[in-house]
Amino acid sequence: MDARKNSSGRFESALLALDRLESERILMDTGDGRSPIMRVEQDVVPAMESIGRLWEEGKISLSQVYMSGRICEDLVKKLLPANSGGAKRSGKAALVVLEDRHLLGKRMVAASLSASGRSVNDYGCMDADSLVQRTIADGVEILLISTLMLHSALRVAKVREGLVRAGRPVRIVVGGAPFRLDGELWREVGADAMGRNASDAVRLLEALSGGGDR
Amino acid sequence: MTQSNGMTSMERVLTTLGFKEPDRVPWFPLLTMTGARELGLSIREYFSSGKNVAEGQLRMWAKYGHDCLYAFFYAPVEIEAWGGEVIYAEDGPPNSGEPFLSNPEEIPGLEPPQIEESPCLLKVLDAIEKMKREAGDEVPIIGVVMSPFSLPVMQMGFDRYLDLLSERPDLFRRLMEVNEAFTVSWANAQLNAGAVAICYFDPVSSSTIVPRKLFLETGFPVARRTISRIKGPVAVHFASGRCLSLLDDLAETGALIAGVSAEESLRELKRASRGRLTLLGNLNGLEMRRWSSRQAEDEVKKAISAGGPGGGFILSDNHGEIPWQVSDEILFAMRDAVRTWGRYPLDWIG
Repeated sequence: MDARKNSSGRFESALLALDRLESERILMDTGDGRSPIMRVEQDVVPAMESIGRLWEEGKISLSQVYMSGRICEDLVKKLLPANSGGAKRSGKAALVVLEDRHLLGKRMVAASLSASGRSVNDYGCMDADSLVQRTIADGVEILLISTLMLHSALRVAKVREGLVRAGRPVRIVVGGAPFRLDGELWREVGADAMGRNASDAVRLLEALSGGGDR
Repeated sequence: MTQSNGMTSMERVLTTLGFKEPDRVPWFPLLTMTGARELGLSIREYFSSGKNVAEGQLRMWAKYGHDCLYAFFYAPVEIEAWGGEVIYAEDGPPNSGEPFLSNPEEIPGLEPPQIEESPCLLKVLDAIEKMKREAGDEVPIIGVVMSPFSLPVMQMGFDRYLDLLSERPDLFRRLMEVNEAFTVSWANAQLNAGAVAICYFDPVSSSTIVPRKLFLETGFPVARRTISRIKGPVAVHFASGRCLSLLDDLAETGALIAGVSAEESLRELKRASRGRLTLLGNLNGLEMRRWSSRQAEDEVKKAISAGGPGGGFILSDNHGEIPWQVSDEILFAMRDAVRTWGRYPLDWIG
């Protein structure tokens, strides 16, 4: 257990130093008897969660979170190549930027999910009406919505209304600066949960899927 | 607005910048699109001419009795001049569209826009000239620039810019050269038109976005070079980003004012900046739209109590723009609270 904690801690330090080579050496260690998926769950996921917490506490910056996510995303792709059976599909979930063209938040969430070995549908940027239609058409059960501006964040209420009208009990998780700076906003717009950092998406997706990744 | 003891907004602001106590705490509610409501126009129509914005600013100044006129149209007005896209909303600030730099390899061929050939910038200068004609020297007119270091978020997209910062120092340097030339000429054009000070928005330099070590290698030298060439006082605004750990560095850039975040303690910021930087902030603009009048009063009192003593403080929101959704009721409650609790000496503070 200590060795595992130690390896996760070393991995986190290497990520925060943006040391791609050292991160790779720790995660890909050939002497490590754990399966690739165990390495992801025991090293990558805890490191990304811890980095998310450090950002929330104001101890590290967004660029460090972003670069760490990118390094993890690349390493996990190497560790769990596509179609290897290692990656998990997280229910019928989709990730979207609502009424905005600023993609950083969505890219960070996608990197965190990918780094934890999970994949979701990427809807890119959409307006509220189109998002409701596509969510219904695809039978999506969990929507992860990223926003940057207040008026885009307020549009989540319109998405919720559209889904309620269609009788679709879709779970909505929101994230982005407006929600972080106004702690009550996610409830006001009818979301089920708010992610305070990109790696929160992993935990919330797990919880809202009932812990049963498919 | 001159108050009963005869101090104008300009005198009030200059006194606090000198770390002395004026008649009351100066109040900068950084009102932008709210002017459209005042004129009964859509946000798009409102920002289509300098005349509208000047009229909106002057009407709001008369109505709320605050201490500045704000020449900020919308964040991507500069991007429009570079050939980028602006997207309008009915209930929020115009936003930048697809970044116009789709490939970093385009950076070496990039040239700054010419102000006199950019209608979107000329309408800002027109608004400043009209405000100056009406208000004279009674109230400071605040011009606005995006910092050369933060502008690339809209020029090329945030993720691509962070990649560039870490992977392509050569292209980063070139981009900063071009952006610095533009920012300096754009700031000075606004000062020539009648702006009294420049608000230099630099959220990427905040410790929310980059670690201090990277700031010292990038945003800091850019700010120092740029601010030294701007021919007027400069406020560095982090647009809700944290800056407590940067205040010593910031004082070395030549900036006189720091726009501070609601996520940091105003009391600590005041302690760390005392006598070197005037603080501008730090009411939470997002929460503001849900406040009751009583909460507005409490928040104003709290901020004045932490930042007001000894001057060196301007009450404002923490983001540099009051949201569209903030009602008149809240703005009037803040105005009344500043007049009640912001009057010096602040004897009510325990």
